[in-house]
Amino acid sequence: MKDEIAGIYADGWSRIVATMIRFTGGDWDLAEECAQDAFTKALQKWPESGVPDQPLAWLTTTARHRAIDRMRRAAGEAAKLREAAAMEPPPYLRDSEIPDERLELMFTCCHPSLNLDAQVALTLRSLTGMSTAEIARAFLVPERTMGQRIFRAKQKVAHAAIPFRVPPAHLLPDRLPAVLHVLYLLFNEGYGDPAKARLCQEAIRLARVVTALMPDEPEAQGVLALMLLHDARRPARVDAAGDLVTLDEQDRTLWDQARIAEGAAICERALRRGRAGPFQLQAAIAACHATAPLASRTDWPQIAGLYAELARIAPSPIVELNRAVAIGMVSGPEAALRLVDGITGLDGYYLLHATRADLLRRAGRGQEAAGHYRTALDLAPTDAERRFLRGRLQQP
Amino acid sequence: MKYLMLVCTDPDYKPGQDEGAPDVEDWVKEMDGKGIRLMGERVRPVSDATTVRVRNREVLLTDGPYAETKDQIAGFDVIDCADLDEAIEVASKHPMAWAGMIELRPFWTDGED
Repeated sequence: MKDEIAGIYADGWSRIVATMIRFTGGDWDLAEECAQDAFTKALQKWPESGVPDQPLAWLTTTARHRAIDRMRRAAGEAAKLREAAAMEPPPYLRDSEIPDERLELMFTCCHPSLNLDAQVALTLRSLTGMSTAEIARAFLVPERTMGQRIFRAKQKVAHAAIPFRVPPAHLLPDRLPAVLHVLYLLFNEGYGDPAKARLCQEAIRLARVVTALMPDEPEAQGVLALMLLHDARRPARVDAAGDLVTLDEQDRTLWDQARIAEGAAICERALRRGRAGPFQLQAAIAACHATAPLASRTDWPQIAGLYAELARIAPSPIVELNRAVAIGMVSGPEAALRLVDGITGLDGYYLLHATRADLLRRAGRGQEAAGHYRTALDLAPTDAERRFLRGRLQQP
Repeated sequence: MKYLMLVCTDPDYKPGQDEGAPDVEDWVKEMDGKGIRLMGERVRPVSDATTVRVRNREVLLTDGPYAETKDQIAGFDVIDCADLDEAIEVASKHPMAWAGMIELRPFWTDGED
């Protein structure tokens, strides 16, 4: 039963929130709260009564009652209430160019009058049901910071009367960068946790819809290629005991060669357009890894070059960290450590400390490495990652 | 929802970029006719501005604008729109959006925090 409800949640959350945003006249907080409330009621009732024939209709009605209740209680909102009570939830009529409801809602959420990060965070929070803590981790910021960012975005939506309206086709390219980020972060959320693998398949499915809808956008192809190339390695990422296996130790016979071929081909087609963007470059890097027959035959100079290009067009401390790892493979751990020492703003990110520890270990400085493994262990977000780091800590 | 349209010059504007820009008279006529534009005026440049502060009950005057920015407010309009999308559409039809820039500020309505 729990699984069944979880499935309904995964399918229905975004649609119910979207319906409630429209029903409440654009009150995103209330919309989310009522949707949450409806699912809580379902968890209490359905195990006894059984799942209703039309669970989404049941949830929507429950959420709507809750909203009317809340609006009735809120003083001075009489007009809004009359408006809401008079109105059946508008039947969800889709006449846009976007051939998928969930994708359409993402484009609707990503209003360009909000900055890119705000669009992405608000969309993840409202449509995917990801928690503020999970979104904060995806952005590598403290939960409090992310909470404030989402709060400010919702405030602006309310104060500036940003409408929740499906954009016409000619405005879709403006919103594409935010939508691609949403899809990639959704994918990552699933990639980090085997229990959430479903999110990866959903992100890939939606990215395919985007590339079909907007075939002239190489970054859309870039993000699809990147996700396929990562996803191809999924079977080898975790061993039988559920422990993480690093790229160089993965059993490459487990990799999905068809996915790799597809991802690499899409990436190459995109790059041939001569408008390389961050997703295309990351896909090219992933392709270098995925097409190496053995870890020892990875083309690290090529990867270091791609990271240098990525650092030029989209500089970030994460890119610097990855570039340092590549340099470490080309020129040795000491050269990489010098680069890692220059990175700022990632102190709360476990991979910074884990990377430094790995480099120190390879440089024969095991004593120093242990301290950094411990810091990484404190910061690692999942059990699989913690077990992996503990394993490293115990190695001589 | 009412918005203040701050009509500003843009120091980064390059002559010719407003090729095909609409006419301001037409814009005023259209928006007045639709009941969208409630009022609006051009204002004199910062060289004619006076900034007023009262500190410890003392009136302090500065010759010039409150902030030294390169962009300058050339005028303002108050528009009444259904939502931000409509306000953006209205602003983007103003010739100064083509040759300068327009900042849209929603009114602070009663009863809000």
